[in-house]
Parts: sequence; C-alpha cells; structure tokens
Amino acid sequence: MKRKQLESYLEEVNQFSSPKLELEQYATDSHLAASVLYTMESSFGDLQDKIVLDLGAGCGVLSIGSSMLGAGSVTSVELDSDAIGDLQDNVSEFEIDNIDIIQGDVTSDLLRPDFKFDTVITNPPFGTKNNEGIDMKFLDRALSVVTLSGAVYSFHKTSTRDFILRRMEGRGLNVEVIAEMKFKIPHMYKQHKKKEVLVDVDFIRTSGKSSSSRGS
Amino acid sequence: MKLLTHNMMRSHCKGVVNGFPLKLSSSQVDVKEIEFNPDFINRMLSRLEWPALVQIANQLGVGEGLPEMLPEEQKFEDEDVLKKIHHVLLEVEVVEGELECPETGRKFPISKGIPDMRLNEEE
Repeated sequence: MKRKQLESYLEEVNQFSSPKLELEQYATDSHLAASVLYTMESSFGDLQDKIVLDLGAGCGVLSIGSSMLGAGSVTSVELDSDAIGDLQDNVSEFEIDNIDIIQGDVTSDLLRPDFKFDTVITNPPFGTKNNEGIDMKFLDRALSVVTLSGAVYSFHKTSTRDFILRRMEGRGLNVEVIAEMKFKIPHMYKQHKKKEVLVDVDFIRTSGKSSSSRGS
Repeated sequence: MKLLTHNMMRSHCKGVVNGFPLKLSSSQVDVKEIEFNPDFINRMLSRLEWPALVQIANQLGVGEGLPEMLPEEQKFEDEDVLKKIHHVLLEVEVVEGELECPETGRKFPISKGIPDMRLNEEE
C-alpha cells in the first residue's frame, strides 16, 4: 500500500466522540500516523506478518494502520469505554478482522509475561502534574512484552528525549529517534489560554541489541 | 475475544501468582472467516501456552484435530494442522461471556467481544 493511500484511509478513521482531558485523549493525526507507520514497515519491516500490540489504542488510528500495512494480528489495549466504542466502530467500518481489543489499564499486569509480541506501538499520555512519568510506564510495559528481536515504537515529548535515550542506553538497548513532529494538543490544562498548543514530539524506536537497526 | 487473545491474557488481581489460564464461560461464540497465513501461524506457536489453547478449544467444541502437543521444533509442516490452529486462534470469537481468575475467582465480563479486565483500586 502506498503512503498516500494509507493516509487517505486513516483520514476516514473517526476520532474520539467524547474526549476526556484527564486521559489526554486526542487522536493521533492521520497524516502523522500514516507517515510513522509507513516508516515502521518500509525502513524496518516491523509490521508485515507481525504480532503487534498497541498500548493505549484510543480510537485506533495506529491499530488500524498497522493492520492495513499487513500486521498478522493486532491486540489493542484501551482503558476507556467511550474510546473503545469508537475503536470498535472504526474496526467494523473498515471491515478489519484481525484486531482484538482488551479493555484494561495498560500499566497493569494483564498480559501473560511469556507471550511476546514482535512489535509494540504506544502513543501514551505525556503526563501532567498528577501522573508524571506515565509515558515511561507505558514504555516500560511495552518493553516487557516485546521479543528480543522485536521493536517498541513510542511517542514522547522532545523535552524528555535526553532522559529517555540515556535510560534506554543504560539498559543496553538500541534507541533512536526516527521522526520529529509537532502534535496539536487541545486545551489540556486550565492555565492554558489558547485552544490548542503545539508540542514537539519524537517518535522513538527501541530494540534489543540483537535486532538489526538502521545506522548500527 | 479471539482464543489467541485468551492465550495472552492473565488475571492481575492482588496476590495472584500466575493468574493463567483464565477460566471461560460463554453464552455467544461466533466464527468469522479470516485469511490463512501459514508462516504467521508457525511463528506464533512458540509463544503460545499450548495446553491452555487445547483445553479452551475442547471446551468450546472446536478442538477436534488440534494436536495434543507441540512438536519440539515448534513448527508444523502439515497445512491441515496449521489451518486448524488458524481456525482456533483467529476465527473463533467469544462475543458474550465471562472470564474468571483461576486463583481468586474474580470475574471479568466479555461483552460485544471485548473482555473487561479493569479492576477497582483496592483490587
């Protein structure tokens, strides 16, 4: 599938019908989603026929795009009932038959530790004063259920890049920023006067040392 | 909920040691035809908890022809066997039912095909 085609499909994915600010729910932009998913497949071969997990799937742009790019199976974990309703609507509208949804808290132990996924994707909440570090909890959870030869893809605020890179390298993992982008984040905090803010975001690929990686 | 998903989940109630396999009771099970990909099925095998898959397939009456054991090389050449595994893992869907923690008895509802694994804060 061509990138443009993927993008036009993902534009049809319905967004959150009742977004909740405390869960930092805003849809992953379809253009950005198409672009990063396309890179995951074309540069790294991390989607075609792979066993994929999407942590904090929301209304499902990344899950659906992964399935469209040939994932063998996609497991989508999401906490919020309204988001799951949207995700389910999207999955049935696109007639996708290899996405299975689990409702639950991503940071809890609801996956059997011996079952390993080839590719884990997460667009986590970036965290506010009340739940600082939640994106790292999502990333740690992702790393705990990926195969040694697999890869974890995650979005993080660019302001936390040095911290994440140091931490992953400290664990002996390969980590690289494979895309830099800006997220339009709707009014999330009371002190924000603007309707939305632009936040610099990195798309990061983390893999075990055994995994082949561009530039290494 | 596909049986593949059942095989990857566990109960995470407080104090649980394994929490696997979750017991299942079902009131609606559907079958959907899904494209068969033998390589994908073979790559999946080493990750599965095989006895739990056989057990749940038998319980739902779809286990006939499923090998009791995985071969040591964790691969099947026989396409009929792979198709059978494909069917059990991906095509059988529990739409309505309940999962139960094997250690605490805590129940998790399955509704519209989605298992709800949320716990209360004190759990």
